[in-house]
Amino acid sequence: MYLTKEEQRMLDGEEGYAVRKSMEILVALGEIYGAERLIKVGSVQVAGVSYHNLGDAGLEFLNELAKDGKVKVLTTLNPAGMDLENWRQLGISEDFAKKQEMVIQAFEKMGILVSCTCTPYLIGNLPRYGEHVAWSESSAVTFANSVLGAKTNREGGPSALAAAFVGKTPCYGLHLDENRVPDIHVKVEATLTKFSDWGALGYAIGKKAENKIPYITGIRDAEVDELKSFCASVVTYGAKPLFYMEGITPGAERWPVPKDTVTVEQRDIQEAYDHINDEVSDIDFICIGCPHCSIKEIAEISCLLEGKKIAANTEFWVATSRSVKQLADKRGYTAVIEQAGGKFACDTCMAVAPLKGRFKALATTSAKGCFYSRQNGMKTKMGSLEECIEAAVTGKWR
Amino acid sequence: MEMKGRIIFKGKAEGEALVTKQPISFYGGVDPNTGEVIEKDHELQGQSVKGKILVFPTGKGSTVGSYTLYRMRKNGAAPAGIINKECETIVAVGAIISEIPCVDKIDISKIKTGDRVRIDNGTVTLIKN
Repeated sequence: MYLTKEEQRMLDGEEGYAVRKSMEILVALGEIYGAERLIKVGSVQVAGVSYHNLGDAGLEFLNELAKDGKVKVLTTLNPAGMDLENWRQLGISEDFAKKQEMVIQAFEKMGILVSCTCTPYLIGNLPRYGEHVAWSESSAVTFANSVLGAKTNREGGPSALAAAFVGKTPCYGLHLDENRVPDIHVKVEATLTKFSDWGALGYAIGKKAENKIPYITGIRDAEVDELKSFCASVVTYGAKPLFYMEGITPGAERWPVPKDTVTVEQRDIQEAYDHINDEVSDIDFICIGCPHCSIKEIAEISCLLEGKKIAANTEFWVATSRSVKQLADKRGYTAVIEQAGGKFACDTCMAVAPLKGRFKALATTSAKGCFYSRQNGMKTKMGSLEECIEAAVTGKWR
Repeated sequence: MEMKGRIIFKGKAEGEALVTKQPISFYGGVDPNTGEVIEKDHELQGQSVKGKILVFPTGKGSTVGSYTLYRMRKNGAAPAGIINKECETIVAVGAIISEIPCVDKIDISKIKTGDRVRIDNGTVTLIKN
């Protein structure tokens, strides 16, 4: 791989340990995947924040980097393993909280915005069409590539950090147009009638287009929140972190519609629900916000919960970023949700918090949320926001 | 016998080879405190990679595996060196942050468990069989 004189100096250690380690990572990845050079990135999203996943080794590595590492571009952070303020109320142990705080301090020292959200595009990290970025977090990567039209590979935690310290990433994979060619045409013939249908559609397309880049036709309209849910689902269930949706994805019309065609019918949507939903009627955990809730979604939750009460022995969580919650505080949505007995889980989410063994059955609007909660030993139900609120109020599904 | 490969992380290492034909997932697959392979039904299950020249085709599993290698290194349970057929992101990043000599593009079928092996940057030498 070609390196400029400046890049070579960074690799030689002239800018210190963090930059040298970063260059070693970027050059090795570049060599493995046949990159010819490094390219500048507009922003970085760093995953690997939950102490639950990092452990002491991860924490130690971050502390090493934080000694002399400072990020060179706008860098935001994925959710942590807990709400950084409200962790006690959410049942997080003292020991875990202490370690998680040390992780966050290391990231802060590096100059990273500790946004702790999987939706960086909702809080100011918003790349433009065609911009190269280095993001981790599969749902955000898919959103950046497919809804915004930016270009990013699916980075891991360390490679995203490396890109932040250098301001560059090796030019391979989805940074190159030749690797962004759609290779399967997905005709959607199903009618989507409720929000969770987008998660079900993501499941259906993820399975039909496993490891492929789908070109999706037949979607008339889609709201940002629906696309956010779809992105999380389609990549969780098997597709590459890039799709084209006719009329939605910027620049989709530049590509030829692939000949290889599959159809998504109503029964495929039903099959997705059949797979995602378990046989269970008692619900003890309702979590909305995978990916993190937008202010619009919180407004809807507040409207549906007004004057109601969450059932006894049932937890209702709204997972969102702290920035979005601050808007909700100002507008009064937080008060309504908390009066009903709901809790806010800022900075964290059901996929990365240490929830194993805490709940028996989850109700949510998110297909991705169901996937990760099953790994935490929960039974799962996916449905509309109205259905989830009903479960929260009654403790029962339907 | 000498084989030339590609340097993933530079450096020299020498030791006894531990060879598997199966990919390795460090996260969940190897005990970070002891270096013992714990993945169920893995060829190397029950064996320790500690201090060995670990020879396997490629990595697999969660990207958290890079941090597991780092943790093994800190605990003195890491392999002395890594030889891959085709290195991927998880092992490459893990080797770099843990500073474990790592080389790939090697015909690993030539190496057997118990062989004495030396890694010298991109060169792998079989000292005796």
